[in-house]
Amino acid sequence: MNLEELAGSLGLRPEELAEIRELLGRDPNRTELAMYAAMWSEHCSYKSSKVHLRTLPSEGSAVLVGPGQDAGAVDVGDGWAAVFKIESHSHPSAIEPYQGAATGVGGIVRDIVSMGARPVALMDPLMFGPLTEERNRWLLGGVVAGIGGYGNCIGVPTVGGEVRFAEPHSANPTVNVLCVGVARADRLMSSATAQPSPGSLMVLYGASTGRDGIGGVSVLASATLEEGSEDSRPSVQIGDPFAEKLLIEASLELIEQGLLEGLQDLGGAGITCAVSESAARAGLGARLDLGAVPLREPGLEAFEILTSESQERMLAIVPPANLERVEEVCHRWGLQTAVVGSLEPGGDLHVRMGGAQVARVPVLSLTEKAPVYERPMQAMERDADDPTFARFEGDLGETLVTLVAAPNVASKRWVYEQYDRMVQGQTVRGPGSDAAVVRVPGTMKGVALSVDGNGRYGALDPYLAGAHAVAEAARNVAVTGARPLGITNCLNFGNPERPEVMWQFAEAVRGMRDACLALETPVTGGNVSFYNESGDSAIWPTPVVGMLGVVSDYRLAVPAGFPASGLAVYLLGESFAELGGSEFAETVLGTVSGTPPALDLEVERRLHTLLQDAAAADLLASAHDCSDGGVGVALAECAILGGEGFAVTLEGDLPPHVLLFGESASRAVVGVSPEREGSFRGLAATHGVPFVRLGETGGPRALIDGMLDVPVADLTEAWESAIPRLLGEID
Amino acid sequence: MTARLGVVTFPGSLDDRDALRAIEQMGGEGVALWHADRDLRGVDGVILPGGFSYGDYLRCGAIARFAPVMDEVRAFADAGGPVLGICNGFQILCESALLPGALIRNRSLRFVCRVVHLRVETSRTPVTSELIPGEVLEMPIKHGEGQFVASEEELGKLEDDGRVVFRYAGPDGAVADEHNPNGALHGIAGIRNEAGNVVGLMPHPEHAIDPDIGPTGGQGLFASLLAAALAGASR
Repeated sequence: MNLEELAGSLGLRPEELAEIRELLGRDPNRTELAMYAAMWSEHCSYKSSKVHLRTLPSEGSAVLVGPGQDAGAVDVGDGWAAVFKIESHSHPSAIEPYQGAATGVGGIVRDIVSMGARPVALMDPLMFGPLTEERNRWLLGGVVAGIGGYGNCIGVPTVGGEVRFAEPHSANPTVNVLCVGVARADRLMSSATAQPSPGSLMVLYGASTGRDGIGGVSVLASATLEEGSEDSRPSVQIGDPFAEKLLIEASLELIEQGLLEGLQDLGGAGITCAVSESAARAGLGARLDLGAVPLREPGLEAFEILTSESQERMLAIVPPANLERVEEVCHRWGLQTAVVGSLEPGGDLHVRMGGAQVARVPVLSLTEKAPVYERPMQAMERDADDPTFARFEGDLGETLVTLVAAPNVASKRWVYEQYDRMVQGQTVRGPGSDAAVVRVPGTMKGVALSVDGNGRYGALDPYLAGAHAVAEAARNVAVTGARPLGITNCLNFGNPERPEVMWQFAEAVRGMRDACLALETPVTGGNVSFYNESGDSAIWPTPVVGMLGVVSDYRLAVPAGFPASGLAVYLLGESFAELGGSEFAETVLGTVSGTPPALDLEVERRLHTLLQDAAAADLLASAHDCSDGGVGVALAECAILGGEGFAVTLEGDLPPHVLLFGESASRAVVGVSPEREGSFRGLAATHGVPFVRLGETGGPRALIDGMLDVPVADLTEAWESAIPRLLGEID
Repeated sequence: MTARLGVVTFPGSLDDRDALRAIEQMGGEGVALWHADRDLRGVDGVILPGGFSYGDYLRCGAIARFAPVMDEVRAFADAGGPVLGICNGFQILCESALLPGALIRNRSLRFVCRVVHLRVETSRTPVTSELIPGEVLEMPIKHGEGQFVASEEELGKLEDDGRVVFRYAGPDGAVADEHNPNGALHGIAGIRNEAGNVVGLMPHPEHAIDPDIGPTGGQGLFASLLAAALAGASR
């Protein structure tokens, strides 16, 4: 194989090989070529997305660490920082669901640890094809077991997530993993605080390096999946959560003792990425001796050691004087250590093996000189049909039961019961809540978290999908009473070399940008997952947002369900004739069409401020956002979650099914004690948020005057049993 | 005088900090113990916490039984000191033959995390001395391998000797298969040894202390254990 053919098989384009030749002033050798192929892969370099991501707002008063580091960080007060990031592990999960999902958890947890934070929560937004197909059931079971198998074993609670289903995600399930950590703000390990010096040692600790995961970023994550993709299984890494748990404890102890000048996890592109990024951040070069890397088996070639994605490894930058103490900590936790090189003046990365030089390249040529593409875009055609104006004469009560049993809406208990959601003892609100709330140890503060993304909206209008993902995630945080501080995003799309996909991506980013600016929730980092397609079938464009907020007193966090009878039920926000892209249209009318609901970001912001102020004044007994299935489903969920029925009236100029199931944005259903109604109404008026009193809670029935009357028990049964029934576990 | 309870951290222990926090919240002094030390630091009682000791590779608890600290725990138990194994700690006690029986994969073959009800079967243990038989406690379980099994002979002895300490039950205390989250024989959630000083259970009392976080069914267990430890210490 000549150099051109080798470059092609590693995923490099001819023009990229030419660029490498230009940068080096010579031909790269095969080892160097493998390093460039990994570092210049879409997964590592963001070469197609960078020009768009740069437009996202990344600064704000709460942001301590923005994009470009292992994870972002925001100030949650009292000297504490919350570190968070989301990442995709969809490609490996499509091939080997258990290990694909498990190593996704492992990777994101190491990102948080490398910032010096203790991981305190995980969340998993997942999308699969319909559960009526056996392969999709296998994928769901494997992914959930993998997340649980890894997350449960490292002692980090999985406090929430999202599971959605759509045919376009059959071939390519979407598996995103978010991790949050907390650290003292003055102990964060960011490039701003750690200043490595020439001569500092690079210490690799944790697992040995093997042949697993070679080509993970270039072959697997940066290309579409085609027939026979099972052959890529060796490119999927294998997780060892026990080793990860030891790695977490040892790493946090090393940081606590102040022994490190830098810390980098080994993920995509393995040692090559960790060493080059460490050197680049220090503004230095590096010497690396591959002979010093502990190997799982003999006979690995240089390129294999350099690009292996073996899991559970970390690279620490250690001043020589601290080496002994670093080794002592690692060895006490049963971890091996190896000095694999050092930071050096100059800008080159020298790689040696067996006494010979095997690679010498400028560090920045791997990192900052990676290509940046402005790929062509082509707007997609819009469907003129809108289900909002379709006639509907079905029974509204039966329709509500159908909707609460729709897989997107139904209880995800089958999923989250497989996750340890309480280890660490700080989970105030776990899965099944609008937002999870986790206490910051030793304080009254709660960190509120929500992940949201609506692929159906993405299929119809990626701009609105991006904006809605931010708005809904912020709303979910706000209904608990928390103030949204910032987001991490995971952008799940098809092949960016197709102009229509690139347009979808750019539109979604534009929508996110507008919403982040209006809601003052900057982007602190994230991940782009392209090439989620097989043959001519791409996933729905699915921008996913992980929103982090803070509530100053976790005891005031508001529940979603109706907690008592005799509460006044209010609907906040306005309802319009909007059924485009709704759950009702898909589940009941069988169509994904029309335009998703309009979004007025100023209206949205006012709603959030009202919810926060009302919660802080303890005016809300319950609060739940309206999303899939509109007010009808929101009311049903309040009744199911709280075990309390309601009797309400829904009035408006719209047809009953549109009033009930339309998905107009910026709305919430709240329960208010009678003695606080006056204060609450006054506050809502002050904030300029429209409200209407629908009725009261109480009784065993869900009663909407003139529309439907269903026992709450029937709704609960339908909601709880839907997923187990689809999985064939109950009749 | 404050009772001092030790919590052993094995590599892979996860709920060790939670157990220490529960001890402190219930008014005791928590003492962190390390798997590799042959030293219990003079504690008045020992807790083996939940988690995945040594990754639970091979078999849950099978490697932890060989940890140096376990020789000390065995000697402490033989001398009548109170020992509580929670979840993985229960598995370790069974593997160490400090308790009979074994814990195998859940009937569902899946990990399960949920809040359950337990019926207290006896107050003749250091963790139930302040509880009343028949009392129903609410606390979470979270395990993949919590199905208690034993030979028919062992099971008969456990029942005849009144050594079943907790059973999975409904909110009203009724023991029925529908309330059994893992298929444990006789709905057994926890047992004690013949002397009564060593107790193991699958549910997590240390996660049922703080009303802001969840149920409080673990308070009585820790109160009992602290009282027993204090009584032992003053003897």
